[in-house]
Order: sequence, then C-alpha cells, then structure tokens
Amino acid sequence: MDDWRGSQELLVMDGRIKVPYTWSAGEVGTSYLESLRDEMKFLGTRCGECNIVYHIPRMHCPDCFAECERYVELGSRGELVTYTVVRRHHPQLSPLEGLFGYGVIKLDGADTGFVHLLSEFDEGELASGARVEAVFADEREGSMLDVKYFRPVRGVA
Amino acid sequence: MAAKRVGIVGVGMTRQSSARRDVYGIELINEAVRAALDDAQMTRKDIDAIVIGNMDHFEGINYVDTWSVDGSGALGKPIMKMTTGGTTGTTVAMGAYYHVASGMFDRVLAIGWEKNSESDTTGAIITAFDPFWDRPTFGGAVAGLALEATQYMAETGATEEDAAYVAVRDRKNALNNPYAHLRMELNIEAIMSTPYLAWPVKLGDMCPRTDGACAVVFASESIANDFPSPPAWVRGLADRHLWAYTSDPYVNQRVKGGTWFPAMERATAELYEKVGITDPLEQFDVAELYLPYSFAGLRYMEALGFCERAGAPALVRSGATDMGGKCPVNPSGGVLSSNAIGATGLLRVAEAALQVQGRAGDRQVPGAALALATGFGGCYWSDELVIGKEKPEKVRG
Amino acid sequence: MEPVAIVGVGMTEIRRERAADTCADLVFEACTKALADAGMAIDDIDVVLTGSNDFFDGRTISSMAVMDACGSYDKNVSTVEGDGTFGAAHAVMRVLAGWGTCLYCVHHKGSESVMPLITNAMFDPLYERFLGIEAITSSALQARAYMDRYGVTEEQCAHVSVKNHGNAFGNPVAQMPLELTIEGVMASPYIAEPIKLLDCAPVGDGASAVVLATRERAKAVAGKPVWVKGIGYNCDAFHLGDRDLSKVDALQAAARKAYSMAGISDPRAQVDLVELSEVFSYMELMWLEGLGLCEMGQAGKFTALGNTAHDGVLPVNASGGCISANPVLVAGLNRIIECALQIRGGAGGHQVEGVWTAVAQGLNGPCGQSQCVWVLGGEA
Repeated sequence: MDDWRGSQELLVMDGRIKVPYTWSAGEVGTSYLESLRDEMKFLGTRCGECNIVYHIPRMHCPDCFAECERYVELGSRGELVTYTVVRRHHPQLSPLEGLFGYGVIKLDGADTGFVHLLSEFDEGELASGARVEAVFADEREGSMLDVKYFRPVRGVA
Repeated sequence: MAAKRVGIVGVGMTRQSSARRDVYGIELINEAVRAALDDAQMTRKDIDAIVIGNMDHFEGINYVDTWSVDGSGALGKPIMKMTTGGTTGTTVAMGAYYHVASGMFDRVLAIGWEKNSESDTTGAIITAFDPFWDRPTFGGAVAGLALEATQYMAETGATEEDAAYVAVRDRKNALNNPYAHLRMELNIEAIMSTPYLAWPVKLGDMCPRTDGACAVVFASESIANDFPSPPAWVRGLADRHLWAYTSDPYVNQRVKGGTWFPAMERATAELYEKVGITDPLEQFDVAELYLPYSFAGLRYMEALGFCERAGAPALVRSGATDMGGKCPVNPSGGVLSSNAIGATGLLRVAEAALQVQGRAGDRQVPGAALALATGFGGCYWSDELVIGKEKPEKVRG
Repeated sequence: MEPVAIVGVGMTEIRRERAADTCADLVFEACTKALADAGMAIDDIDVVLTGSNDFFDGRTISSMAVMDACGSYDKNVSTVEGDGTFGAAHAVMRVLAGWGTCLYCVHHKGSESVMPLITNAMFDPLYERFLGIEAITSSALQARAYMDRYGVTEEQCAHVSVKNHGNAFGNPVAQMPLELTIEGVMASPYIAEPIKLLDCAPVGDGASAVVLATRERAKAVAGKPVWVKGIGYNCDAFHLGDRDLSKVDALQAAARKAYSMAGISDPRAQVDLVELSEVFSYMELMWLEGLGLCEMGQAGKFTALGNTAHDGVLPVNASGGCISANPVLVAGLNRIIECALQIRGGAGGHQVEGVWTAVAQGLNGPCGQSQCVWVLGGEA
C-alpha cells in the first residue's frame, strides 16, 4: 500500500462553508447598538447586587444573575488597559488600513473593559494606562464598527 | 467501581418559538438556566460543573462553551461542550449524568440550546456529511429522511396517512404544553393536504425550526433528596452512533441483509437488558421520543420494541400511544411541535423527568413512574435513557 | 477518586500537512497504536469518546467523520468538542461511572483550513468578531498585559521558543525541531506586538488516542500503567475586558482542584515534570505561574536561568511542547500522553530521568479562558 501512496500526486478539493447568519441582538444589544448609531453614546448596564457597571452591557449579571439596571451612559473616552500593534493580519480580517492595533479599553464610567480597534497613533506612542477616545464613523448602521477606532487623547484631555 | 446514582432535581425551559429575536443567544441560554436554578431552588454558586451543547454551524459560533459563560453561569466553574448533531441534547444529558455518576461532581447543569432562526439549517446540516462522497449530492435532513420513509412504506405497507396520525397526535399534545412552538389541532386530511417537501414527506410531517433552550440539574444521590421536588432518577442509558456515510443505511439493509436503523435496535437491546425491560409498551408509562418527522413515529416504535416489525401503524392507530393510552408518546408535543435542535434531546429527558415527578402540568400522564427518553441524530444515531420515579439499585455503565 | 489508569497511548507523527491522510486515517492510526500499546484489541474497549471541532474540520457533527475509524461500532460512544485534556477528563468520568475501559481519540487537520478565520469565529458576533480579532491578536493583548504587569521581557519569552524547539529534536512525532538562538527569535518579525513569528506555535495535522482503564482492568495489561491522580478544569470570563488578562484565575482554580485530588500540597517540591500548552511562548511563563510552579511574575527569570530545560530542576515541555507541534485539539492530549510516557520511562530521545509525578495542562477559548490540569503519577 505504501508504494502507491508515496508516488501519487494527491488531489485537494477546495470548499467553503457558506452558511448565512442573522444574529438577533436582543433587546439589550439593540438598545446599545442603536445608541451608538443614533446618539454616538456608549451604554452600560449596572448590577445593583454586585455594584458593577458592565460594558459591554448585559441583561443579567454574569456572576449573581440579577437583572441589570438599564442603562448607564458611559463616556466615549477611557483608559487603554492593554494593547497590541498589528504587523501581520489575515487580509479578510483587517477592517483598517495602515498602522493599527487592538486594545482593551475601559470607558469612563464602566467597571469592565471591551475590545476595539486602535488607530491614529504614532509608532511607540501607545502605552497601557494611556487615555484614548472613540472616533465614530460618519455613516453608522448599528454595529460595533460605528466606532471606527479609538485613538490616543492628545493635549489637554 | 460503583457509579453514584444520579437524580434530576431541576428543569428549566424557555418558551420555544420560530424566532426569539427578543433575546441574544447568551440571554436565551440564561433564561433556561435561571429557570432550572429557580426550579431547584439553587443559585449559580451551587453549581459544580456545566455541560453545554448545540451545533456550531447553526449559530456560527466556535467554542460555544467559552463564549456563553455569561449565560450558562460557567464563570469560575468547570464547563465542557458536547456535540453530536441531533443527539446533542441527549448527549449533554448523558454527559452530565457521567459527571455526577463518576463522583467528581455533585450538582451538574446540562444545557442544550439552538437559535435555528439565525441560519440556514439545511445548509448547515448538509455539511455534516463527507465533503467528497456525500456533500455534493446530499439533500439535507428532509431528503435523507424521505429515503427512510419510502423504504419503510415499501417494506411494511404503511401509508402516508399512518404517518400523518403521528403528526396529528404530537401537535395535538402540544396544546397542553405552554412552552411548545407549534400548538395546533389538526386532522389527518390537513396533514395530507400540506405540500410535499420530498415524497412521501410533506410539510405537515416535518418538525419545525425553533429557537429555544433547556437546562437540567443533575444531582448525586447523596444530595438528590435535598431539593424541592423528589428526584427523577436516571435508571439506565445506552447509545449507538454507528454510521458515517449517507449510504450506510441502504448498504446495511440491502447489501448486508441487516435493518435500516440498527443503532436504535442495538442501543435498545442494551438498555432494556440493563434496566430489565421486556415489554416496553406495558412497562413504560410514558415515552418522550425524538421523532424528527412523522414516519419516525412508526418505524422507531418498532426499533424500540413497542411492537413487531410493520406493527407500528396498527399500534399508533389503536390509540395506545395517545394521551390516555397504554403508553402515551410525546405528551409535550415532541419534536414535531418544537425543534431547537441542540435543546431537543435534553427536552425529551426534561419532559420524562417532569412526568415521573408528577410535575408535567396539563400534559401529565397520571401516575407515570417509568419513562423512556430518546435522541436521534447524525447518521441514524440513537441515544436512549430510562428515567424513573424509583431510585435504581444500581446503574450499569 | 478511585484509581484510573492510562494503559495505552498512541500518537501520529505531527506534520504541517498530512495530505495523504483524512481525519479518519489519522484517528485510525492513533487508535491502532494506542490499542497495540495497551496490548488490547478493540473488543476489549467498553466505551469510546472522540474529540473534534466542527469549525476546524469544516464539518457539522465533525465526529461523524471518524465514527468508523475510532472503533466505536456497536459500542456506546460520545463526543467532547474542544481540547483533548477536556475530552480525556470526560473519559475518566466514564471509567469512574462504571465502564471498565475507555478509548478516547482526538484529531485535527489544521492544513485544511484557515486558522485566523476560524479563531476569529470564537469571538462574539455582535461585539467583537467584526473587529477582526483572532487568536494571535487577542493573545498579544494578554502577552502585553502580563509583561507590563510583571516586567517580563521578550527575551525571557524567547527562551521558551529556543528551549522547546531544541527539545523537539528528541521527539520523532514533533513537527518543528529547530536550532534557534535568543537573537534569532528576537529578530523574527512581529505578528502582533509583542508576539513575534518565533513566539507562535505552528498549526499541524495529527491525531492521538489513549486507553483508560479501571484498576481491575489495568491488571490485565502487560505494560506499566500510569495513574490519573487528579483533574481540575475551570473557566474564566469570556469578554477579554471582563478579565484582568495578566491573571490566571481559571488555571489557578483548575490546579487547586487537581492538586487537592492528587494530594499535592507543595507542587514545586512534588512535581517532577510539566507538559503545558504554550501556543505562544509567553503562555509557558504564565501557565507555570498559574500552576503554582513559580511565583507570579518570576517564570521568565526562572526559565532564562535554564531551570525548565530538559536537564533543569523542573523540565517543562521536554517533548518540544505546542510550539514544536500543534495539532490544535490533539495538543492537549499529547501533553497527557507525554507525561505518561515520561512516567513509564518510554519517552525515548527526550526521556527525563526519575519522573514520578507529572502535570499536563490544556486550554479552550481565547487567552487560556478555559483551563484543564491533570496530575499523573507512577502509582495508584
């Protein structure tokens, strides 16, 4: 058996799983994304039991399962908790051109962070703990990409 | 090595419907989890471990176990994901059973869920089959099942009307189940007048696509009596997942001289031997069976030993499987009334538990003490559990 | 816990691309090897578990692809999606619950898919996925958080790559034995800072299998059984911003449970060898700390001093680890198998002398969100 296995030129069949998805955002997700789209404002939810403001917002506290208070309006600036500058990325995955990165950002008024894109920074400029601010897209359709990216807050914050 | 005996002590299910747009997937899971915890009068902190299942390509989420922790309650807890296709829900139940029976955990939460509204169910199901040999020609679940129905009719003389009886029975039962998706009083003519999807299977013969979730709390014998409801005991379980290719049933029957669905027959033989079932129609008080389409309500009764081969049409038409019959099948309305696939098998186990606990509300079979629950999926795969009111002396394997 | 033994192990060679072998071929090879190692026939197996992932395989019900190859015909069988450490943990549960023997196998063919697209799909479709984040970029966020918190350096991480790729020369199944230098690793290009190309595990094709047995059934086996002393697994928060990524809460919880089952009170004194899942070099340092084998933040220095080398005080990934061979889900089971081989004295070219107690670790999800820890030992 090994004889023919070694000598054969093997065929490879290309395939792609093409399944469309329509993820329902639910009531909380809809309110959040509508607020980004229409008001350019980030919303969190607060667990009164644990006294935590969650961003991204949760309907129920992941820890105690109490229903969270809706909604807490958050700042569009915050602290860069951690970050990376991306040097190589799969072309299908890159929503930004040029120098960009990802960061975990804790918005003013929130107790938890969230992941978003970073851009408009200089080489070596990013640092954990730095202040960053949201840059909104002109055309907004109710998705996380209604925020184009976060950039360092420069000058007087 | 002695297995711990395991009781079901809490059940939670969401309202099932064609689209639960009001909740995100994680929130749907959480709805079932909170219901199960409330039912058992527990909090999240009381849970020792979690088993979750769905089908990856129905929601397009990789690593659902890690994605869903906010809903499942797995934050800071052990969680694993078990997935076997249509059998996922029963696989999750069995997985949770083994978590407890092993002695490693005392309180384990099993979760099955699906939001079938959010994708192309048939498109995803087709990818369950071999990309070279089966996928280019496989027509999805409906066409696959139609092959079985055609063969069954040819073999036994059963008619489309016989199958329609099953669809009428299950959908009517669903009127008693406030959680069910399709709740409708139909007659055989109404089923017969629905359009063919793939002959002889009509729209009215098929299960719907459903959004829903189910969560069940399994507890070790040492604590199983400490909950508000008396436990429903897992008395036995067995499964067979024999095949990999769409042609395997045909090859087994026509080439090898076997039967179409040996997985169910072999699992049933093992299960009944373990539990001591010799006459299922007499011994089971109720059965919650994964019947994905009406014809399954005929053939699977035979594979499960409720009647002789080809005897199912007469059995179901006798009313023995109706509410008030000798062994009512699918008091909940079954899969023909709600099919949130990852939840479906777990719902069968949950419904069986509610029945033997006497907590099934309007769909209660009076005095039910022993129930059969099954899962169907994959390539004619079968999972089977016996749930009873009485604590077993011992559970084997 | 009642004693459960690993009585047979089987690994295929792990290669970048095994184009001639389907997933079923790989599983058949691994199961055949594990059975042969146990001196068993398939009839001696009471129950079978498989491990796979529908996304990696591009197949719904991915386990169906190996149902005929895993030997489960006419047996009870089930499937755990995710890393091999989790699936094998469930196999142990089945044995504890009354099955005499359990065959567990897991497969992965990374060559057949596009890893960044698949790991992107583990992120939340509403809030994260469309940002394009995937395994490398998310891990880079964790690496940065960890290194910033403790002052761990990229050079210290590079020591992991140099050591593990070097160890792989002793392991014939490993995919990438490489002779590297710290300078060489440091000069490799950044993928997502601070992660460089040579900090990353490759992706490979392979399968592995183990046979687990009760003490009673293990008696019938000719070879030396290796005993499962403890298992713990635990899951952290999903959203990366919910966690302090520099912390290892889930791993610490998993390790606590595994150690307590195994009666380990002082892991640094009692553990002889570690096989862990360092998909990126920084992870080896973090996981060593999470396993309680180094003080928090000290694993970098500990490693740079050579303590985790093949001849160090605590050999880590003597097999070459994930960074030398990474058939994703299989990688976790291979950590267990490598520990078993070391305890048996059967690790061949990478054998470490005098291994009596070994720790294996695996993970699911982004940034080591869900962690599984095994303690294996030479006696029941």
